[in-house]
Amino acid sequence: MNKDILICGVGGQGTVLASRIIAASAMSENNTVHSAETIGMAQRGGPVTSHVRIGDDAYSPMIPSAKADLIIGFEPAEVVRNIGYLSSNGLAVVNTSAVKPVTESLAETGYDGSEMIKYLEKNVNCIFVDGEEECKKLGSAKFLNILLLGIAAGSGRLEISKDTITSEIEKRVPAKFKEKNLEAFLCGFEIGKAKEN
Amino acid sequence: MKEYVMGNGAIALGALKAGVNIACGYPGTPSSEIIETIAKYPHEGLHLEWSVNEKAALEVAAAAAYSGARALVTMKQVGLNVASDPLMSLAYVGVEGGLVVVSADDPGPISSQTEQDTRRFADFARIPVFDPSSPEEAYEMIQDAFEYSEKYKTPVIFRPTTRVDHGYASIETFKEYTPKRFEGFKKDSSRFVIFPRLSYKNHGIIEDRNIHIGEDFSDYRFNTAEGGPSKNAVMASGVSYMYAKEFLKDHPEIKLIKIATAYPFPESFMIRQLEGVEEILCLEELSPYIEEQLLKLAGKHHLPLKVYGKLTCHVPAMGENSSDLIAKILRCYLDIEEQSELTKKDIPNLPVRPPVLCAGCPHRASFYAVKKAMQGEKTYYCGDIGCYTLGNAMPLDMVDTCLCMGAGVTMAQGFSHVDGDGKAFAFIGDSTFFASGITGVVNAVINEADITVCILDNSTTAMTGHQPHPGTGINMMGHDVGKISIKNILEGIGLKEVVTIDPFELDKAIDTVKECANIKGVKAIIFKSPCIAIEKSSKKCLINDSCVNCKKCIRETGCPALILTDGHVTIDQSLCSGCGLCAQVCPMKAIGGSDNE
Repeated sequence: MNKDILICGVGGQGTVLASRIIAASAMSENNTVHSAETIGMAQRGGPVTSHVRIGDDAYSPMIPSAKADLIIGFEPAEVVRNIGYLSSNGLAVVNTSAVKPVTESLAETGYDGSEMIKYLEKNVNCIFVDGEEECKKLGSAKFLNILLLGIAAGSGRLEISKDTITSEIEKRVPAKFKEKNLEAFLCGFEIGKAKEN
Repeated sequence: MKEYVMGNGAIALGALKAGVNIACGYPGTPSSEIIETIAKYPHEGLHLEWSVNEKAALEVAAAAAYSGARALVTMKQVGLNVASDPLMSLAYVGVEGGLVVVSADDPGPISSQTEQDTRRFADFARIPVFDPSSPEEAYEMIQDAFEYSEKYKTPVIFRPTTRVDHGYASIETFKEYTPKRFEGFKKDSSRFVIFPRLSYKNHGIIEDRNIHIGEDFSDYRFNTAEGGPSKNAVMASGVSYMYAKEFLKDHPEIKLIKIATAYPFPESFMIRQLEGVEEILCLEELSPYIEEQLLKLAGKHHLPLKVYGKLTCHVPAMGENSSDLIAKILRCYLDIEEQSELTKKDIPNLPVRPPVLCAGCPHRASFYAVKKAMQGEKTYYCGDIGCYTLGNAMPLDMVDTCLCMGAGVTMAQGFSHVDGDGKAFAFIGDSTFFASGITGVVNAVINEADITVCILDNSTTAMTGHQPHPGTGINMMGHDVGKISIKNILEGIGLKEVVTIDPFELDKAIDTVKECANIKGVKAIIFKSPCIAIEKSSKKCLINDSCVNCKKCIRETGCPALILTDGHVTIDQSLCSGCGLCAQVCPMKAIGGSDNE
């Protein structure tokens, strides 16, 4: 299997855990995996990306333009920022809840994500989800990453078995949040399955 | 056993497999995780330290290597500038045990002051350099680096770049750490005491030796060629090789040559590979180093070779390479038509998300206190390297200069000598103070400067990932060695005044700054409050009905937790740490604290 997955959002949303789970799941199904994450001056509130590359055809850890099979987008503007990576028949899973820049109150941009969503609707094959609303049902915004991972898995585009991912989630989340995270994953899985079929 | 590790982790594990006996370094992106990875794996019998700076790290390692031990030193590229004094001399003296200096380069630059190229430093010091192209290769190559270091009794440089340091791959790792056995130091002053006569003699030996190493490297396992034969070839190094390899997958007729040892250049290998080649494109990051080596080789052998690269403007002189950039350059070079890509027209304006000081960061309060105290005065605000460089952003606007580690103190001194009317301030973090601030303070005192040194003491090395330093009291061996007091150091130097204050007691802080600024001579204010990332607070600030939405809190502090919701000032409770700075700025007393869980 050869698959390129780009995960994007803003610092603090839990993109790194999602990318680690995908990488670990792909590895435990005997695939070669490379990945790269944003590290350094990017901190809470800055744009972050993780590139996960599965398969023997990937040499560098960075996905080339228009080669990503899947984007898992934690924030609409961040999906648009990285849209050049998506292949023409790729899919983007998009959380529609916008995150305003931390400098918004100082220098108002009026950004609320709606323009980004309109652009994506018109140009890209997307599964949209109101992450804020879904996370409210789950009880905390902390489950957004696992919810989106669930949608990606449910869409069938990850091509990694549900059980493999579930067992990697169990290994990587704190014990007391295990049940809730599994619930978030299954909730996402159903959304992804319903929207893609 | 296979493990999924970061490139820096691969370097650490490779060094452990090589039986490294001592590892020292100073944190700096993108190199910091090497020492941290060693700390996480079994390493019984190894001495591990975050040294006070890169110069100290290399000197500690040098003595170990004189004794026959294997020594690893880690730093980022600008750290090598600090360590360059011992490095240049050590190159003449040589070593007994393997000594590898890892100096991580940062094309872009993504989080550095410069786009300098460590390979030039290796050439300058006349010592070999290894340049890995992936984490997997880095794991193997760091072990080779120790072997070559011992074979030629010379320090060697290992130069990864950001994408190798921070890329992840699965590595087949070793089972158990076995430290190298070594004999210990054998006194020999004709070998280990550097004198002009010794340097003269060794200079000649080193130049001869490097010709041999170039020959040796001509058979080195990671200098490779694939594809072809073709009249037009590609020569690449580092991660650029991986980008090129991926693009050339569909063009196996093109010869791709990888150079893993930029210096001494593997000349014979290259001459062999150039058989039948008429044109060659050089792909590398930072300086056109291997391109220049190739031009020299072509000149020396009168080769009818066209060389393209940075020097011919076919590759950009600055910035990071990417798979897209390399693909574009290769398409142009090989005359391949561009495939139609997803149209990226009409992309709406994207929100900019600049890096800012965190909500509740004590640096914001320290800068704000100085700003308020010095309102209306002529000032010089000399910044330094750390999170607090972000104090330059609006609305604080409190950093006038930033040059290199420790320069804030000495530059404030310089301003005080050319302008007696201005008030010169140095802002320096605790870790930076220990790394290279102390000598600057001594210099300021002895030369009668009139400056206020503001130590922003947040009890950690925040920007590079919260490493300990001499002021935190715990070393990398896990021992509690007691904290070294910044206050005692400053008093020992003989400053006019040393005051320690909590930056979040705003009025007191402002008064203290005013008082100190008016004392002639060198004085220091230690703004002491821990980084919010190491001491989590459960406190929150809340806005009450007295708020008139004047937005002074937002305008003056720029705290990211203060947001406007439908025209009303509100506090993002998920970001707020309850520091209370905004409460003290508010003219309506409309912000109060709470102890919410």
